[in-house]
Amino acid sequence: MTVLLSAVNIGKLYGLRPVLRGVSLDVARGEFVAILGANGAGKTTLLRILATLARPNGGALTIGGLDALAHPERARALIGLVSHQPLIYPELTARENLEFYGRIYGVPDLAARVETALRRVNLWPRRDDLARTFSRGMIQRLTIARAVLHDPPLLLLDEPFTGLDQASAANLSALLREAALHERAVVMTTHELSRGLDGVTRALILKGGRIAHALERDITAPALAALMTEA
Amino acid sequence: MRTALRQVAAIVRKDILLELRTRESITAMIVFAVMAIVMFNFALRLRVDTFRPLTPGVLWVTLVFAGTLGLSRSMSSEQINQAIDGLLLAPCDRSLIFAAKAITNALFTLAVALLVTPVMAVLFDETLLQPGVGLVVLLGVVGYAGAGTLIATMAASTRAREVFLPILLFPLALPLLVAAVIATSGFLDRLPLGEFAAWIGVELAFIVIFWTAGALLFEYLVEG
Repeated sequence: MTVLLSAVNIGKLYGLRPVLRGVSLDVARGEFVAILGANGAGKTTLLRILATLARPNGGALTIGGLDALAHPERARALIGLVSHQPLIYPELTARENLEFYGRIYGVPDLAARVETALRRVNLWPRRDDLARTFSRGMIQRLTIARAVLHDPPLLLLDEPFTGLDQASAANLSALLREAALHERAVVMTTHELSRGLDGVTRALILKGGRIAHALERDITAPALAALMTEA
Repeated sequence: MRTALRQVAAIVRKDILLELRTRESITAMIVFAVMAIVMFNFALRLRVDTFRPLTPGVLWVTLVFAGTLGLSRSMSSEQINQAIDGLLLAPCDRSLIFAAKAITNALFTLAVALLVTPVMAVLFDETLLQPGVGLVVLLGVVGYAGAGTLIATMAASTRAREVFLPILLFPLALPLLVAAVIATSGFLDRLPLGEFAAWIGVELAFIVIFWTAGALLFEYLVEG
């Protein structure tokens, strides 16, 4: 399988406090990697570095063969990010939000792509409603539509289930599984063992800024809970 | 180049659309500007025959204070839903995001100037409506928007952003304010251009310095 994302020896300091200590990670197309860890383990920092939203203090990062630290603006075209923060404008409609991001990314045939993206997340009937009128679940569906609008080969998910009820979480899981198809590489951080593990092909446990464990088969909540306790 | 222009235009268009929908910045700026003129009128006991020497100062203090209101909104609107991360994920040089934000801020302040200047001309000094003053206002507003966007970006990540912005920006903008006031006076008093052209040069230099600094520093100010 082709490696799409390669992080080597990533380190990050906040002041003098090390948050990440030599994290290395390869993710191939078609892989769905979950990064688990307690609060403060460094998951969000790692994902922000992978998304080129933060710069590491050391290490190398390659996305789609591009040096993402030297040419982040080119690497960003290959990345879609779903965060627990929706990154959308509440005073714009669902369609306007997607059209804005589509223009930024230079998405061809924008109107049709926006329609397809909104239909896929079942928001087409609400396309002209302001995003601020949406429920948390609808917002998260719009966030997924935004993240995959430019058809990125790498999808990064930062605690995507935070604040969702059971039904919305199940809906989101199904959407993420669909988004993970099409030869995408997916990296998801989470501290919840009960949600979103369907389809995960590899799980990594992050502790103290290091990858403490890796699990490549039998990825179940009890197995991960045991590893997290051990870590 | 076309891609860069398209990306800048998309951000400017989005900010204008947001403003048209919420009317948070422009409305506040216009109300503030009109109130400031009224306050100056009473505080300085302005009359048509005594207003001329004070015209440039009143105009520029009004524009600078009103412009600051818009500046503080320009970055804080990106903090809602952490939308700034969506912008920072855009596949473009981040200097383009700075440029787009500064252009929007300049457009909003120019809109206020377009309203305030004729009002002051009608009430106090009809000579304000001349191309020379228009040029000075254009350059001054563009320069102020560049410096203001840079400082607003710095302030956006602080807890006391509303306080931090004017405290840092006003001393920084003082040379621009002085240049704009003197150049405006020059046109109003119909002095030979050579006597005050250097102050227009100061405005131009201010634009070059702060738009360049903003383009170079923006990435470091917004990156974690």
